[in-house]
Amino acid sequence: MSTYNFDYLDELEAEAIHILREVAGQFEKPALLFSGGKDSITLVRLAEKAFRPGKFPFPLVHIDTGHNFEETITYRDQMIERIGERLIVGSVQESINQGKVIEQTGKNASRNALQTVTLLDTIAKHQFDACIGGARRDEEKARAKERIFSVRDEFGQWDPKRQRPELWNIYNGKIHKGENVRVFPISNWTELDVWNYIRREKIELPSIYFSHEREVITRNGQLMAASPFLNMDAEDIIFRKQVRFRTVGDMSCTAAVESEATLIDDIISEISESKISERGARLDDKVSEAAMEDRKKGGYF
Amino acid sequence: MNILKFFTAGSVDDGKSTLIGRLLYDTDSILADQLEALQSSNRKNDDGTIDLAILTDGLRAEREQGITIDVAYKYFQTEKRKFIIADTPGHIQYTRNMVTGASTANLAIILIDARNGVVEQTIRHSYLVSLLGIKHIVVCINKMDMVDYSGEVYHSIIGKYKILAQQLKLQDVTYIPVSALKGDNIVQSSERMDWYGGESLLHFLEKVDTDNLDKSQLARMPVQWVIRPQTAELHDYRGYAGRVLSGTFNVNDRVTVLPSGASSTIEKIEFFDQSPDAAHAGQSVTIHLKDDVDISRGDTIVNASALPQESKLIEADLCWMDSRALDTSIMYLIQHNSKTTKCKISEILHKVDINTLEKHAADEFKLNDIGRVILKTADALAFDLYDDNRANGSAILIDSRTNLTVGALMFRAAVE
Repeated sequence: MSTYNFDYLDELEAEAIHILREVAGQFEKPALLFSGGKDSITLVRLAEKAFRPGKFPFPLVHIDTGHNFEETITYRDQMIERIGERLIVGSVQESINQGKVIEQTGKNASRNALQTVTLLDTIAKHQFDACIGGARRDEEKARAKERIFSVRDEFGQWDPKRQRPELWNIYNGKIHKGENVRVFPISNWTELDVWNYIRREKIELPSIYFSHEREVITRNGQLMAASPFLNMDAEDIIFRKQVRFRTVGDMSCTAAVESEATLIDDIISEISESKISERGARLDDKVSEAAMEDRKKGGYF
Repeated sequence: MNILKFFTAGSVDDGKSTLIGRLLYDTDSILADQLEALQSSNRKNDDGTIDLAILTDGLRAEREQGITIDVAYKYFQTEKRKFIIADTPGHIQYTRNMVTGASTANLAIILIDARNGVVEQTIRHSYLVSLLGIKHIVVCINKMDMVDYSGEVYHSIIGKYKILAQQLKLQDVTYIPVSALKGDNIVQSSERMDWYGGESLLHFLEKVDTDNLDKSQLARMPVQWVIRPQTAELHDYRGYAGRVLSGTFNVNDRVTVLPSGASSTIEKIEFFDQSPDAAHAGQSVTIHLKDDVDISRGDTIVNASALPQESKLIEADLCWMDSRALDTSIMYLIQHNSKTTKCKISEILHKVDINTLEKHAADEFKLNDIGRVILKTADALAFDLYDDNRANGSAILIDSRTNLTVGALMFRAAVE
């Protein structure tokens, strides 16, 4: 056998492409959930590798909380233009207007929890039978348990006690009408793997991932971007700080980290030395030890 | 740098989750905020130190009951290698979850409690490792601190295990005395067992030969998707997309497409913006053929000079994974790579008592039962034997009433 160079990024990439092609082959109406974060941006590159020069066999779906970083939306629209694929937007604001969800109040109000309803509505409206997402098992311990093909019932719920066995590289995508499958092609990637891949592939990212000066306040010991979406009062003191974002959710639940990292290389060395996990900057995970498990059971990604 | 995927067999009582916790902890893979969550948890060891097992028990029910129910995947890396751990449950009622975790691993760690030695569970776990054809096995004799780090105890246990290994034809077995709780021989070599001349577990894992990819010479690529842009400039473009299961395909190789049997030659291999001369095991590529042959998802492209077996009657080992028992009177679906076809289990040859390894006749197959069956498929499958080619010798059974994955199949022979 001839020798060939096949390192860990090649292996992770080949596995993800295989999973994306299984989705294409097994489902009638799949969709790729695109948040504007680095993980879903990585998925788009993997989809290009899986299906070019053909079109993607699925549209991109963005669940828009209305509390986005402006940079994310600019990036999204430019990317759609470049790849020439279809984008569907599900709006949390619309769900609020329709009375399907009620805006949270108080200092820690966020639209993070509300987006589950919008997601489920969007799935139902377009009858998606599979939704591809960029979640990774290293992010959180409930995610560490989830299958690559994760079957959700009609209500979007994950039942951790009734997961299908998932053997070898064989993915069972058979479902009943009304059910759908969440598919996680980069399950086996770590945060560092994603960054190393972005560097290797020279993938462009929204600017908020890199160090910039911004107006922030301190909330629950974390730096939050000052914005009209954050309920602020007289106690909140706005100051300027050199920061970047390690994950990109909506503005009301994603904390910034102090950083001077302006290049991908800087970010990679910053993460390698970091003593705080990626989701440590997500207030939505801090509610309780089982916060993620409970949200997944309720239909969250 | 490459990846080693391993799984751990043992129960919480053997210190399995503690061992994984120790590997993560001592390689600095646990970050400050995760550590903080650990410190604030109510579960502590008797001496007040943090219970490392909480790191892997991700579900509320698991933390409540102090057991592992489902596979959890954990990731860490050293300067030498990346590791993916499948932390699998050891209790007999979760055998199917252990099989799930083991199916993608290339190394198994079997834990033995030094106080108890080789027990029923050790036999069961070792049998599953042999059934799934895991190449490398590390037997960790754990809780050495509880037996005064005694070399005698250790040697007596491995003496017994060697008999079992011979019986199961396990090839590559390594033995390491450890204490996961105290950290002996996990990352650092222990000073408390100078009679042991070998390496620590981590050092062994860092250098063991990884054959993540099947080294089989049999070139196989199941077609997952046909790329046909049908645009003006790419009017005749027709690419067969798939992942090479095993072997190597080169441009100009003669290939056969199964099940049709049509022959052609590889015109071009594509990978996104590259056109490599060859596609190797593990790579996801797009293949173009010189001739216009009818190919769709579920077909397999193989090297014309090394054909797989083709049969509608196959002898296979079956691990039953559903609470609803096997029904030999109904039709199931079998999924073999990208192909799905109807099938029936036409005969149960025997069942194995996985605690004693005895084979006996059976007419029923229930949750976690393992044995040999003959299956009859609607369309012929193009397969290799599991021991020759894991990727093309395995399949799953799906119950079309529930859509659940109900069985894992390892092909052992084509029935003439």
